[in-house]
Amino acid sequence: MPGLPDAVPPAGFAGGLMIGVAAAVMLLGLGRIAGVSGLVARAAGLAEGGAPRALAGLFVLGLPLGAALVALLQGQVASRFPDSLPLLVTGGLLVGFGTRLGSGCTSGHGVCGLSRLSPRSLVATALFMGAGFLTVFLMRAMGMLP
Amino acid sequence: MRNAVALAAGTLFGAGLAVSGMTDPQRVRAFLDLAGDWDPTLAFVMAGAILPMALAWAVRPRLAAPLVAPAWHLPETRRLDRRLVAGALIFGVGWGLAGLCPGPAVAALALAPAPAALFVAAMLAGMAAHRLLLPR
Repeated sequence: MPGLPDAVPPAGFAGGLMIGVAAAVMLLGLGRIAGVSGLVARAAGLAEGGAPRALAGLFVLGLPLGAALVALLQGQVASRFPDSLPLLVTGGLLVGFGTRLGSGCTSGHGVCGLSRLSPRSLVATALFMGAGFLTVFLMRAMGMLP
Repeated sequence: MRNAVALAAGTLFGAGLAVSGMTDPQRVRAFLDLAGDWDPTLAFVMAGAILPMALAWAVRPRLAAPLVAPAWHLPETRRLDRRLVAGALIFGVGWGLAGLCPGPAVAALALAPAPAALFVAAMLAGMAAHRLLLPR
């Protein structure tokens, strides 16, 4: 993209379509929301109710499986993690706690909820996006980013 | 049959995350980095994902039941409460700190196993903490 050398809009849109079709299969096929945080919690035995545990576990198992298949076909898939251990651990704790408290993440509220025009999901998505923008802005201001 | 559909959907979802570049935490954080080298790719991913889902929501009322399951299990959409607000804000901070949300983190277990496992372990600990501290 002009002026935005790292952006890959066509690949992003194509991958997005795949994610959306997968979520549509969950909705129309199984009658459930493809919300990854909820399915992970359910698969790990950290949530009551929701999808049957085997079903949640198989969906969650599919995520690395799908990524591995693409890596196999493409040769490689970039996955550049932060080097900082405290950043990974703090980020993980907040993501786990926050997605349970807020009943959803980027997939459940972002993809499934926004497409349903759910007021809950519109509010949640605006808030987690806003908090994400602000967090990265502050990290940059404090010299934590290159 | 239902389990096979769930595995297939998860696999397609994970493949989509990899194709779209969302299994790369640095790219995700670059989307949130308005003051840096901004990378708008995530917005195209959201647009691509919302399109088929909007169609699916439009089709849903025409179906008496899901295609391979007996009943719908859909969350309510209206009630706004403090849990939703606080949870979304806390999640957003973690998302910005690491450049990771749950789907890409789990998918990345196949791509960058060591750091992804560390993040996922911390995420599960956060989920467990929520369950202990704030039972419904």
